[in-house]
Amino acid sequence: MKILVAVKRVIDYNVQIRVKEDGSGVVTDNVKMSTNPPDDNAIEEAVKIKEAGKAKEIVAITIGEEKAQETVRKALAVGADRGIHVKVDNVIEPLAVSKILKKIVEKENPDLVFMGKQAIDDDCNQTGQMLAALLNWPQATFASKIEIKDNALEVTREIDEGLETIEVNVPAIVTCDLRLNEPRYASLPNIMKAKKKPIEQINASDLGVDINPRIEQIKVEEPPKRKAGIKVASVEELVQKLKNEAKVI
Amino acid sequence: MSVLLIAEHNNKEVRPFTYNAITAASQINDDLHVLVLGHQADDVAKSLSEVPNVKKVIHVDNEIYENYIAENYTAAIIKHAENYSHIVSSANTFGKNLMPRIAALLDTSQVSDIIKVISEDTFLRPIYAGNAFATVKSNDKKKCVTIRPTSFDPADKSGGSAEITKSDPAEASSSTKFLKKEEVKSDRPELGTARIVISGGRGMQNGENFKLISDIADKLNAAIGASRAAVDAGYITNDHQVGQTGKVVVPDLYIAVGISGAIQHLAGMKESKVIVAINKDGEAPIFSVADYGLEADLFEALPQFLSELNKLNTIQK
Repeated sequence: MKILVAVKRVIDYNVQIRVKEDGSGVVTDNVKMSTNPPDDNAIEEAVKIKEAGKAKEIVAITIGEEKAQETVRKALAVGADRGIHVKVDNVIEPLAVSKILKKIVEKENPDLVFMGKQAIDDDCNQTGQMLAALLNWPQATFASKIEIKDNALEVTREIDEGLETIEVNVPAIVTCDLRLNEPRYASLPNIMKAKKKPIEQINASDLGVDINPRIEQIKVEEPPKRKAGIKVASVEELVQKLKNEAKVI
Repeated sequence: MSVLLIAEHNNKEVRPFTYNAITAASQINDDLHVLVLGHQADDVAKSLSEVPNVKKVIHVDNEIYENYIAENYTAAIIKHAENYSHIVSSANTFGKNLMPRIAALLDTSQVSDIIKVISEDTFLRPIYAGNAFATVKSNDKKKCVTIRPTSFDPADKSGGSAEITKSDPAEASSSTKFLKKEEVKSDRPELGTARIVISGGRGMQNGENFKLISDIADKLNAAIGASRAAVDAGYITNDHQVGQTGKVVVPDLYIAVGISGAIQHLAGMKESKVIVAINKDGEAPIFSVADYGLEADLFEALPQFLSELNKLNTIQK
C-alpha cells in the first residue's frame, strides 16, 4: 500500500496571535512556524502502518511558499520516504488545495490519503472532505483509531455524541484527530538522513487547476476583549458573588 | 434566492443546534427550506414544519439516511442544490463532516463556522482559535456556509405550518458502511446548550476525582466539560472536550477547575457570559479571562463549593 500524507505549515500553536494594525491579516514575520499539529498525527499513523508491514511507501506533500518545505523535511525525518512540494506564492483556499491534491493523487496513485482534520490557522476543516468529493472516494473524518482490513479501513471517528465506527473501502481519505496517536520526535541521525531524501518541486501553475480565490478577506480584527475580572478570597465569597452580583445561580 | 438548511436529527427528534442554524439561515434570506434526510423520521419533518421561520420542509425517507454517511447525504443534497443560492448547516461534527463534500462538488469555496451574518454574501468568522475575527465575502454564485450554533439563538419551535413535500432518495454509496455509534447517555443537559458548564482539566489528576465535579453539576443542573489534557489522559470521554478542536460553549456560567487555560481551551469557552476559574497556580492564563478567580487547591475548594451551594435556599435551574 502507498500512503500520501498532506502537511501544512502554520503559525506554531503556542504563539500568541497578533492582528496587523491595517486589518489585512495577522502578523507572520519573525513568528515561529511549525507543522499543523493534527498533520503530525497523520504522518505518525502512516509511519506506524508502514512499520507494521502494511504499507510500502509514504509520500509527504505540502503546498505553500518556499519555506513550507520544512514541514516535508520534518515528515521525512520521522519516516516518510520522499516528499513533494507544490509551490504557490499566496495563501490559497481549501478548495484550491484539494484541486491540487487531486492532481497529485492522479499522478501518484496512493491507496490512502491522510491529513489533519483541521488547520489551526484558518480553522476551516474542509480539505480532506473536499478531496474525497473530487476523487469520489469515501471519507473518514476526525479519526481517533484506524484498523487496516483487507482492502478496507475500520475507522473510529470522534463526533459530538461520542464515537462512531465506519468502514471505508480503499482508496480512501482519512482526516486525523489529535487523539489518533502520539507523534514521535525525529532523532538526530534521522534528521541527517532526511536531508538526503528527495523532495520534488512542482509549480502549482503547471498543474492546470484554478486556484484563484473565491472568498475576499475584507478585514481581520481583534476579537472584543473581556473586561478584567477579580480574584475572590474564599469559596464563600465566590458563591455570594455568583448569587447576588452575577445572578447566575 | 432561497436557503436550504440541512437538518441534524436522530430520526426521532431534531438535534438542538438545528434550531440555532435556522436562526442564522433565516438571517441570510427568509425563504428558508429545510431538508430532512432520515429513516422513518416523520416526527422530525413534522417538528420542523412547525418552526415559524421555515417555509418548506423537504423530506427524503430511506434507510440509507439512518446514519450520517456523508457520501449518501451529499448525493441527495446535490439533487436539490440547483434551486438554492445558499446551503447551510451547523458547524458541529455533523456539518463539518458533510458540508465540504457538498461544496467541492458544487465548485464552491465554503465559508466555515460563521458567527455573524453581515449580508447574504458577507460573514464574520473566527480564525486562529478565535484570536482574530475575519470579515469575508463569498464571490461564488452558490454559497455553502456552516454556522457556529452557539453564536445564534435557537429559533422558535412552534406556531408555523410549513408544507412538507416528499422527495426520492439518491443513490447510496457502496464504499462506506456504518458499523456502530457509541453514544454517551446522560441525564444532564447537553454540553453545547447547557446554561451552566463545569469543566475539569489536568489538575483533576484522575477520572475518579471528576466525582467532585459531577456532584456540583448535579446540584447546578450543569453539563460537564473538560480540557483536551483531561480527555487525552483518559479522565473523561471525548464528547466532553471544550476547545478549538472540541466543542464551543457559551453558557451563562462556565466554571473552569484545574484548567490552566491554553489558547486552544479558551477558544471553546471565552465567550461565556460569566467565567469562574479555580486553580492553585495564581499565574495560570485562565485567570486572564475569568470574571471571578479563586486561587485555591481544587480538592479543598470543590467540597466547600458544594456545601456553600447546599446552604442556598434556592438555585436557578
